[in-house]
Parts: sequence; C-alpha cells; structure tokens
Amino acid sequence: MISIWLIPSIILIVLVTATIKKVPSYEVFVEGSKEGIQIAITLLPFLLGMMVSIAIFQASGAMGAILKVFEPLMSMVGAPAEILPLALIRPISGTAALSMTTELIRTFGPDSFIGQLASVMQGSTDTTLYIITVYFGAVGIKRMGDALKVGLLADLVGIIASIVIVIILFS
Amino acid sequence: MVNLIWAFLAVVGIAYAAINGTMKEVNEAIFSTLDEAIMITLSLAGVLIFWLGLMKIAEEAGLLAGLAKIFRPIVKRIFPEIPDDHPAIGYILSNMTANMFGLGNAATPMGLKAMRELKKLSGSDKASRSMITLLAINTSSLTLIPTTVLAIRMKYDSADPTSIVGATVLATIISTVAALLIDRYFYYRRKRAMHG
Repeated sequence: MISIWLIPSIILIVLVTATIKKVPSYEVFVEGSKEGIQIAITLLPFLLGMMVSIAIFQASGAMGAILKVFEPLMSMVGAPAEILPLALIRPISGTAALSMTTELIRTFGPDSFIGQLASVMQGSTDTTLYIITVYFGAVGIKRMGDALKVGLLADLVGIIASIVIVIILFS
Repeated sequence: MVNLIWAFLAVVGIAYAAINGTMKEVNEAIFSTLDEAIMITLSLAGVLIFWLGLMKIAEEAGLLAGLAKIFRPIVKRIFPEIPDDHPAIGYILSNMTANMFGLGNAATPMGLKAMRELKKLSGSDKASRSMITLLAINTSSLTLIPTTVLAIRMKYDSADPTSIVGATVLATIISTVAALLIDRYFYYRRKRAMHG
C-alpha cells in the first residue's frame, strides 16, 4: 500500500532538504513543536464541551428518536433506510459515524450495496461539527459567521452525491 | 449559532432522558465523555507536536514556500484575500495535500497552523472569509485515498476493498466543489447585506 510509504517519505524529504540547506533541524523541530502543545491546550475546553453535549443527546436516546422520524423520508428517495442514521450522524460525531459504518459493513458485508454506500459516505465527507469546533477553537474564533451553514450544506450535497453515485455504479 | 446548538443538544437530551428514564445512561455518558475528551486531546497533542515541529523545518528549509509557489494560482482563486507569499498559503496547501492522501492526523495540525496564520491576518475573533473557506474545504474532506474505510473493508474480507475508491473520489470532488460554491454564495450574500 502507498500509504505506508507516505509519511516516512515526507519525513525523509523534509530532513534531507533541511540538512542540505544547513537548517538546524532538531532545534527548529523543537521550536515548532512547542506551538503544538499550546494549540492542544487551547483546544481542550472547546472539544470537551461539545463532546459532552453530543454524548448527552446520544445517550438519552433522543438521537435515535430523531433518526426514526427521518426514516420514511429516506425510503421515499429509494435509498435503504439502514443508511439513514449514518447520513445524519456523519456531520455530528466522527466516532459514532465510524462505528456505524463498521457495523453496517459487518452486518451486510463490505461488497453489498449498503456496505458500498456506507463506505463511500464515510470516506467522502468529514465531521463538520468536530472540524468547526477544533479549527475555530484552536484560534479562539467566537463569531463563526456562515461556517456552520456552509459545512452542513456541503455535507448534504456530499451525502446525496454518495447515494446517487453508488446507485449508478453498483446497482 | 454554536451556542444554540450546544445548549439544544444537552437540554433536549436531558429532557428526553427525564421522560424516557434514560437518566442513568446520560449520567454515565457525561463522565465517560470527559475522560474521552482528555484522551482525544492527548493523542491529538502528540500528532500536533510532531507535525508542527516537522512543518517548521519544512518552512525554514523553503519547502512550504516552494509548494506555495507552484500552486499559487489555484490558491489565489480559492483564497483571494490572502496576500502573496504569506506563510498561510504553504500551510493551507500542506493541509489539503495531507487530506487528499488520507493522512487525517497530519492534516489537522497543518490546518490549525493555517488558521493561526489567518487569524494573524484578520486580528479579530470573527471568522474571516478565508477561514470559512478553509473550513469548507476541510469539512467536505477532499480525499483520494480513504484509508480508514479501506482498512475496515479489508478487515471484513471484502472481495475488492478498493472498489469504492473511484466512487468516493467522485463524491468528495462533488462535495468539495459544492462547498466552495456554497461558501462563495454566502460570501456574496454577506457582501450585499453589508452594502445595504
């Protein structure tokens, strides 16, 4: 697999170039790294607060109830109802989406229609709420403008695109 | 907006638990999530510390500037407000490249570093136009190799684990283009609203 080679190659290229250009690589590394600690600490309250709220929503069963409401809507479009929870959860919680994708692939098989659809859906969008929390949290953005609307609308397009593409390609 | 969503999730969750008798689960979830958040931040810290160190070397060695030079025309189109030769461009490109190759944990540090550079540019606590665009690109996740999904498919003995790569790339391109268009639409709407 290419991906095994990717990260070591990046490290190799960076270090070789730095050495040729006489950059004091280790000292610069330590200097740059410090910023990582700072970002992680700034991030923690934003991430922790958001995660607790999502966890309450999920554990109470409210999330499941909302998913049930949307199910008939999904079968109307012709997509399997089993995929709906994943489509709804994908922008909100990355870990929940990943476990749903795994569960769908395990239950229906990776080469089934639902398995393919779950794979494409999981791979083609990201957890909008998490990304907004992390990216804006790290730099202390309080007024986020249209960011959430843009992210969620793009997710919607991504999910619809996944369904249409998988229907065309695999069924 | 985020205040509303945040409060909404917790309030509705607790109210729902009160009616349906799932308060015990809610209680457990609160405390296990606190641990989980610390664990995620810790593992994220490791990744952040390593990649930001490495990227600092890349910056000093002129690699980021080189990358920025090659792709400047494209970045200029997507981020018209970033001045030429600004370090943010190098970090945005590293972030996009890492995303494309499915290196999620390398993409985040570079994206965050790019955000910091953008914050220096805007100097306010309000999301700037470039920040929203960077976010849009990241939430729509421009991936060429969906590594995690491939791993799951292999684990459950797919006859052809990579069969979904083409479809995923197509879907991700559509969602990224859509994200950029939606982002532009909202930008022009803000601009129009400002001019009355």
